[in-house]
Amino acid sequence: MSSIKIELHENQVKELVEVCRSFNNEAGELINVLHKAQGIFGYLPAEVQEIVARELKVSVAKVYGVVTFYSFFTMVPKGQHPISICMGTACYVRGAEKVLDEFKRKLKVPVGETTPDGKFSLNCLRCVGACGLAPVVMVGDKTYGRVSPDGVKEILAEYA
Amino acid sequence: MNKYLVNLTINDIPVSVPEGTTILDAAKNLDFRIPTLCHHEDLCVAGNCRVCVVEQIGGKALTAACATPVSEGMQIHTNSALVRTARKTIIELLLSEHNSDCTKCYKNGNCELQSLAHEYRVGDHVFIDLVGTRKRVIDNLSPSIIKDDSKCIRCQRCVRTCSELQGVSALAVANKGDHMKISTFFDRPLVEVVCTNCGQCVNRCPVGALVEKTYVEEVWDAINNPNVHVVVQTAPAVRVAIGEELGYDAGERLTGKMVTALKRLGFDSVLDTDFTADLTILEEGTELLTRLKRALVDKDTTVALPMTTSCSPGWIKFIEHTFPEFLPNVSTCKSPQQMFGALAKTYYAQKKGLKAQDICVVSIMPCTAKKYEANRPEMRSSGYKDVNYVLTTRELGMMIKQAGINFQNLEDSHYDSIMGESTGAAVIFGATGGVMEAALRTVYEVVTGREVPFTNLNIVPVRGMEGVKEAKVKIEGCLPEWSFLEGIEVSCAVAHSLVNARDVMQAVKDGRAHYHFIEVMACPGGCLGGGGQPIPTNNEIRNKRAAAIYEEDAGLPLRKSHENPEVKMIYEEFLGAPNSHKSHALLHTHYIPRKRY
Ligand code: SF4
Ligand code: SF4
Ligand code: SF4
Ligand code: FES
Repeated sequence: MSSIKIELHENQVKELVEVCRSFNNEAGELINVLHKAQGIFGYLPAEVQEIVARELKVSVAKVYGVVTFYSFFTMVPKGQHPISICMGTACYVRGAEKVLDEFKRKLKVPVGETTPDGKFSLNCLRCVGACGLAPVVMVGDKTYGRVSPDGVKEILAEYA
Repeated sequence: MNKYLVNLTINDIPVSVPEGTTILDAAKNLDFRIPTLCHHEDLCVAGNCRVCVVEQIGGKALTAACATPVSEGMQIHTNSALVRTARKTIIELLLSEHNSDCTKCYKNGNCELQSLAHEYRVGDHVFIDLVGTRKRVIDNLSPSIIKDDSKCIRCQRCVRTCSELQGVSALAVANKGDHMKISTFFDRPLVEVVCTNCGQCVNRCPVGALVEKTYVEEVWDAINNPNVHVVVQTAPAVRVAIGEELGYDAGERLTGKMVTALKRLGFDSVLDTDFTADLTILEEGTELLTRLKRALVDKDTTVALPMTTSCSPGWIKFIEHTFPEFLPNVSTCKSPQQMFGALAKTYYAQKKGLKAQDICVVSIMPCTAKKYEANRPEMRSSGYKDVNYVLTTRELGMMIKQAGINFQNLEDSHYDSIMGESTGAAVIFGATGGVMEAALRTVYEVVTGREVPFTNLNIVPVRGMEGVKEAKVKIEGCLPEWSFLEGIEVSCAVAHSLVNARDVMQAVKDGRAHYHFIEVMACPGGCLGGGGQPIPTNNEIRNKRAAAIYEEDAGLPLRKSHENPEVKMIYEEFLGAPNSHKSHALLHTHYIPRKRY
């Protein structure tokens, strides 16, 4: 992962530096800064973590530690169509795990990763509050309810 | 500060200790040892391993002794049935995740987890063994350090060492829960990150998760090869610490016995890094005077001052990463180890009628960063790798034991010649402040023709364990050629532990501090507290080693580098003068700016 050099947009880098400044470049604001950074870039590759470390004067290893600790941070770019499967209690008891397994099988990627063509990424969510529709799957902003393992194929077909 | 005394009982024995004392230390006062893993005297309290739990009568749960201060009327039991059961469970849990292949492990025999398992007679697995479920990842790409996560108990001593003592923070805790591990940035190999190879983490890791990369087998092979002439050099700090590996208390001076042991191991020639330490003083002193002259007389504004020392390779790697803009300020002198290597394969070879390619140079160092240094591509001035293998003090202890030598009964003997002669000024290189003191002894005398104005040559202000020390020496009564220095107060700073070095450099950078000369040693206490020194190392032990170093200096007939007869000889016969063309080719180097993060 770290061997691929990523070119960041100059504007985005400027924006990130501004974000750090808006938090007074305080090391204590690391988590908040990382949140905003993920907002700008969509994910937190090594290059972004390096900038944050430089601006807040903390070590890169420390930044990496924080990024890997919290599950809402991701170090891989989201796919064009990010797929999220709700793993809340209601969805879980109604078979969300089988749905997830089917997505994994079809896309050939584990949770937290993106397909090599960059099209889909796969993630789990805590309860999204649509328990009446359990099990729930989201693709981008679109919500699918009562999804069964058999329905996975149809959902993916929509984005083919 | 007047501290109140707190009264308590430990195992029913009453004791009074100052307020703020931990239960752990109070117990120590009564000669009760409470086992610890995450605790280390040099570091702040972590309280994460819980192996130090004790029972407090009336308390709800067991208490971590390392993290709890005493309070009035406390009744503590350090070895009750409850305590013993809890500790045993903790050890068993640790072992359930631990790759316990002790017989094949580098730390076998000097491992805190192994001793605890032994002490508590931990038997068959009680908990499900998780070792097999994990992929074993070993980082052995660094020439200095091996990191084996399968041995890690996540006590975080290394993380705290690297940030609190060294200010480097190459290591951090990554991931959570079951996946939690000690990691570099993106889990990259240690050679690819800001790690300085100082080995302070290695010295504090209680288990075999961070160890030095050993070259003992390679050295045995060289010794056993009749076609190779094996030369060994010993750093100043080794002679006052090797005893700790061989059954002595800290602070024994064992130079003579160590030399005899090295001869018995089969080295063809036993020589001294102290010789090149003396040589360093002449090269570095001359460099400092040249820089001062260019600044003061020639009014050359490009000259980089303050000048910093360059003998600590951990410091070099640190400044390359952290303050690359100050690299012109670093003395171009190689470290004494590398000067020795370059001269062994040129000057020594010539004098002994040997070919450079037939010589193998082995160093015994208190340091793991020296292993990295010897591997730097710049360190091949002889046309070959100037220093072939670097062993730590611990590895020398291992070789002496492997050879079955009864060290305590050995006679003293002298270093061989040439390159075995040294002065007290070289010996004190092993302690923080020592290079500064040695340099001042020589520079002052060169400039004024008189001895440095301190009683018995002891420049006390630069000695001791203060993190940053400062000294000013006023130069008066200069010889005519140095008259430009008349009345100047040479301002010096000494820092040890990289966290202090960072403070000093930041002060210089911000214009808050003005010095002419700065000595930096990467390790706490200087080389005597190096990452390759015997384990454990702590403040008490560092002080004892330092006392031994200053005793050794005080007892030597020659105590100024420029009086070393072999140093005089090498300038006459081979190098010409300090900073000559030849000196530059063999004894000086350059540095590489590196990425900061
Ligand atoms: S780290 Fe200690 S307990 Fe673990 S295998 Fe090595 S010697 Fe044994
Ligand atoms: S590497 Fe060693 S010091 Fe660091 S957490 Fe693991 S066991 Fe502790
Ligand atoms: S060797 Fe020194 S710099 Fe490198 S990780 Fe260990 S303590 Fe940090
Ligand atoms: S030694 Fe006290 S909690 Fe680890």
